[in-house]
Amino acid sequence: MTDTGFTVVAQGLRKVFVAPDGKPFDAIDDLSFRIRAGTLTALTGPDGAGKTTLMRMMAGLLRPDAGTLQVLGEDVSLRPQAVQNRISYMPQRFGLYEDLSVQENLDLYADLHGVPMEQRRERFSRMLEMTDMARFTARPAGKLSGGMKQKLGLACTLVRSPDLLLLDEPSVGVDPLSRRDLWTILEQLIEGENLSVIVSTAYMDEAARCTDVFVVNRGRLLAEGSPEDLSHRAKGLTYEAAPPPGMPARVLQARLIDAPDRIVDAVPRGGRVWFIRQPDCDEAALRELLPDTPFEPRTEELEDAFMALLREHDGDSGKTAEHAPAATVPQSKGDGHPVIVVRDLVRRFGDFTAVASTSFSVAQGEIFGLLGPNGAGKTTTFRMLCGLLPATSGHLEVAGLNLRKARAEARGRIGYVSQKFALYGNLTVRENLEFFAGAYGLPRKRAHARIEAVLKQFDLEPGAVSGILPVGYKQRLAMAAGLLHEPDILFLDEPTSGIDPMARRAFWRTITALAQDGVTIIVTTHFMEEAEYCDRIAIQDDGRMLALGTPQQVREQAGGDRAMDMNTAFIANVEQSRAALARKGEAA
Amino acid sequence: MEWLTVWLAQILSLCRKEFLAVIKDPANRTILFVPVLMQSVLFGYGATFDLTNVPYVVVDESRSATSTALLARIDGTGVFRRAATLETPAQIAAMIDAGKATVAITIPSDFDQRLTRGQASPVEVVLDGRNSSTAGAAAGQIGTIVADFNRSRGVHPAVTVERRAWYNPNLLTRWSLLPTLIASLSFMQTLLIAALSVAREREQGTFDQLMVTPLRPMQIMVGKLLPAMTIGLIQSTLVLLVIRFWFQIPMQGSLVLLYCCLIGFTTAAVGLGLSISALSLNMQQAMLYTFIVIMPMMLLSGMVTPVRNMPRVLQLATMVNPLRFGIDMARRIYLEGAGLSDIAFDFVPLAAITAVSLPLAAWLFRNRLS
Amino acid sequence: MTRGMSGFLTRLIALIRKETRQMLRDRSNLMVGLLLPAALILLFGYGLSFDVRDAPVAVVLEDRSETARDTVAGLSGSPYLAPVAVPDMGRAVALLRAHTVDAIVRVPVDFTARKAGGEGRIQVLLNGYDATSAMTIGTYIDGAIQLSVLHDQDRMGPGMDSGSTLGLVQRVWFNAASISTWYLVPGLLVLVITLIGAFLTSLLIAREWERGTLESLFVTPVRPLELVMAKLAPYMVIGAIDVALCLASARFLFHVPIRGSLGVIIVSSLLYLSVSLMLGLLISGVTRNQFAASQMAMLASFMPATMLSGFVYDIRNMPTAIRAISLMLPATHFMDLIKGLFLAGTVWPLVFKSCGILLLYLVGLGFLTTRTLRKRLD
Repeated sequence: MTDTGFTVVAQGLRKVFVAPDGKPFDAIDDLSFRIRAGTLTALTGPDGAGKTTLMRMMAGLLRPDAGTLQVLGEDVSLRPQAVQNRISYMPQRFGLYEDLSVQENLDLYADLHGVPMEQRRERFSRMLEMTDMARFTARPAGKLSGGMKQKLGLACTLVRSPDLLLLDEPSVGVDPLSRRDLWTILEQLIEGENLSVIVSTAYMDEAARCTDVFVVNRGRLLAEGSPEDLSHRAKGLTYEAAPPPGMPARVLQARLIDAPDRIVDAVPRGGRVWFIRQPDCDEAALRELLPDTPFEPRTEELEDAFMALLREHDGDSGKTAEHAPAATVPQSKGDGHPVIVVRDLVRRFGDFTAVASTSFSVAQGEIFGLLGPNGAGKTTTFRMLCGLLPATSGHLEVAGLNLRKARAEARGRIGYVSQKFALYGNLTVRENLEFFAGAYGLPRKRAHARIEAVLKQFDLEPGAVSGILPVGYKQRLAMAAGLLHEPDILFLDEPTSGIDPMARRAFWRTITALAQDGVTIIVTTHFMEEAEYCDRIAIQDDGRMLALGTPQQVREQAGGDRAMDMNTAFIANVEQSRAALARKGEAA
Repeated sequence: MEWLTVWLAQILSLCRKEFLAVIKDPANRTILFVPVLMQSVLFGYGATFDLTNVPYVVVDESRSATSTALLARIDGTGVFRRAATLETPAQIAAMIDAGKATVAITIPSDFDQRLTRGQASPVEVVLDGRNSSTAGAAAGQIGTIVADFNRSRGVHPAVTVERRAWYNPNLLTRWSLLPTLIASLSFMQTLLIAALSVAREREQGTFDQLMVTPLRPMQIMVGKLLPAMTIGLIQSTLVLLVIRFWFQIPMQGSLVLLYCCLIGFTTAAVGLGLSISALSLNMQQAMLYTFIVIMPMMLLSGMVTPVRNMPRVLQLATMVNPLRFGIDMARRIYLEGAGLSDIAFDFVPLAAITAVSLPLAAWLFRNRLS
Repeated sequence: MTRGMSGFLTRLIALIRKETRQMLRDRSNLMVGLLLPAALILLFGYGLSFDVRDAPVAVVLEDRSETARDTVAGLSGSPYLAPVAVPDMGRAVALLRAHTVDAIVRVPVDFTARKAGGEGRIQVLLNGYDATSAMTIGTYIDGAIQLSVLHDQDRMGPGMDSGSTLGLVQRVWFNAASISTWYLVPGLLVLVITLIGAFLTSLLIAREWERGTLESLFVTPVRPLELVMAKLAPYMVIGAIDVALCLASARFLFHVPIRGSLGVIIVSSLLYLSVSLMLGLLISGVTRNQFAASQMAMLASFMPATMLSGFVYDIRNMPTAIRAISLMLPATHFMDLIKGLFLAGTVWPLVFKSCGILLLYLVGLGFLTTRTLRKRLD
């Protein structure tokens, strides 16, 4: 290691990018920091904060425009290869060769790093064991699920023990189970090999596991310290409120989050609402806001401090988008008759069963969450519901129709926001919206009115080129396009994957408002705490339905109480079912 | 009535989107329009069998007044450039091997004597057959020079053959070649655009988004067809302008008819491209399949060598090649001033290709699963 | 130093293994790499020909005398022409317009009379639609008629003096029968190498950029040159198979003579193959996206190689500026060399010159390609 005991030393670092509109902007703006050797360090911040740029600079892939950056004692802009010989780096999207098998990918990286044969055997077997992939060594990497790909990426990165490990958002789009595995591997390695690790992440529970946390925003360093130190900043500001009986937690949450002058943040948790008050808002003012609702202080967490920090730094720009005024009482949700009915739905690909005999129904105005590990069959179910994929067998009804067979007009009643950004990247925001207005056959006048309405609702810049929008804004645009024709039913496939906590709040605020207007919403997500916004959730694994009910019922099924977080409840449900299945297998 | 307006409005918005998606990228704009212009100018000048500069060597063993006069005529054409005057025929081989001369003329020592004796007197011409077209053309030209020379010496053949060529009086390769480029240059790029269009939506994930809208597959096909066609027609127009105003080759036929034909041809080409596209799972496959289809089509189009010279089987195979008919129509209308009745037959295969490929693409579009 | 060398080799071998596997697993690659060349070879050998055979010619005898008949009789004797008797000019013109016949031979009413005075005239009308064929057909008609006239004179006996005419004795070297296949097939070798180079490698780097695999690869001890060499290697093998295929079919299928040294042909083909593959790689590295790369590859390969390399059209006939552009194409230099090697034999000065130029291209393109992979994202 270096004499100073620091792996990375940055001094006055700056990186200027030219936006496609020709204007330069500072992605990294006068950043100075030092990262201690032998620690697990988190780099966190909202989308577009400059985390990836910083990671790439440390890996010698980008040259700083000003300032110096020392990595492992070398000036990385002068001698990038010397640094690259000693570090390992896992980019956000690890470049696995999808047509090569798991073993071939591992071999390639081992060869490139010059890992000697005898060392390799031991290392591989350990990596494969840790990632639980020994069974799949011959499978092409492209055929692995998202979580497995990420684990394989990590294994490839770690074919040798580097002096410094850089991980750029390793858990984006990864389900809770794989995420847990990933972190277990990391912690084992840090312990066993005294690794220095820098990881960037948007998950606060991951940052909380690190020794040091750096919070960056818009290219600047907002705060650094241990998770405890940082959490401390929110001390005395955090509360928990219980909604009056009969009121969903999300209604109360909506009311709180709509008062940004008093409330920094609010989220539903275990049937209650966790919120953070503004420092200048006293408890009397809170009581004014929550006249009929009891609330009590709760222990602060890293996420609370993070939200408080960012709101403070962003000032006014942290405003939430405009919404229909949050009703205090849920409006009539129709007569509660089911708009989606699924009975014994089966989908097979060859001899692989992606969805096995699944049944559920969704009532009008309901928010229905579909959860499950990567490859559990959620997306397949979705695609069948939207008519994109024929079912192998079973009954399927959306608004009384099977969309695959129904006339094209029937598709005008649904909206669909897909897993990855699926709009036309080189078109502007307005051009995209105009296209979808046209595709849905909206008359000119109505199209114009609706486009103006969604632009305002989602706070979108009509002239911006959509492909280069920050992730959060892309998601807003996708939502805007999906809602343009005011569908009765909205399908959202992992809409919040890779989005920072602030953007997720705004996103869910829109969803809850829509549900209040009677729109039926089906959503999948990897953020388990988001299940708390749903009326009911279903958990799928391996194509089968494991649990179906309100978040509380699901927690109970997992053997937990109200305090159990959804992440734990989810993992427990899946593991119980897998264990039961394994027992059955042994018995048979 | 109202559904029709909606139907058309939907297609219109699709077209707008497709067009914007291709045209917004400055790199694409360049790559779609600049190379067409460059190629038509380059090939107009470059692709020619018309001799302009033939290096030749001469071995004049006769050194008579007659032989000098003959050589003066050859030098006087401006086409033949004397690379060297050699001493013995043995030296010819080295010059031709090294490519320093294409033609070698040997005038034997008894050349003059034979002529005075009233005998036929042969001049030996050696041609470099590595390029048989150049060799043939050079031989023809030397033959003409010698015939003229004979005539000037008062020797007439009993029969003269007067040659006249219609539509291309000087039989310039450029005149024959350039009108084919109206069809062939745009063919490659429009086919590729069409082939990549659906594949790109699949690769970028916009495909599903499109499929959940109320658009019907046929509408989507038409929406993708029109922009690619527009780009193809713009490219053809650029080539047409270069031919007409840069190279100033007179256009004989009707512009309206030419465009009708180009529309028919481009539709078939794009239809073919869309079928490839709907069949491919990603852009790489789309591109490679396109290459595999385009190369034989270019070669069997009659652009480089005439279809009539091909074996029967291959001539039959060209019936499914839209480029063959596109080239034929463009050339006949442009050079010959052919009317609708002359080229009506060419529409039949084009219509057939379109009628098969478009519905096939629409069907594949919906039913080919990733 | 030895350590550095062995590191280099381990990495290079690992990368080559990776590229080879990827190449073998994508069937469309092999289709373009092996099937397309095979198809091109067959098309070239059997499909493409400038050689006119049985060109239909309308013969209009306005003068129906025996002399007139005898004069055009030579047309039926020509293997290149297929004369059809047509009663009048109007009919013949209609046939020409409909492309049913390629030419009209018209013997005017006063032919016999004028011929007696030594001034017989026969009109030939050609369709300039295809100038090359028209020119050839014109020459054949001319030849056939003159031949009849000569026979005629022979029959008349030696009384008629053929006069002290200059005659031409033609000899075509290297390709005595002027068979176009002979010069198309060596050119095919050039075309095939150019095409597979452009198509196979032009997506290799672009694809890695689009799929994000380069970012992970960059942060390893790997060097840009190793990446370039590894990407070239497996496609060199495919290319070498294609070269062998071309040479074998030229020799055994089309019976094109190979007069030069086979060794030189093979070495220079492999040299041009690496230039061509490198050019594809460069396109790929510069564009970084598959759409642009594929358009570029299409534009940079087929048309220039066909039109400007001297493959079909002799570059000496081109205006100076265009010839300068043509000389900038590596294909032009290889075309010159390979035609010579096939038909003329090994001309060493030409071999050294052409191979030297190709080598310069290889080094230059290699340098540029390596730069596009110089491990930076900005």
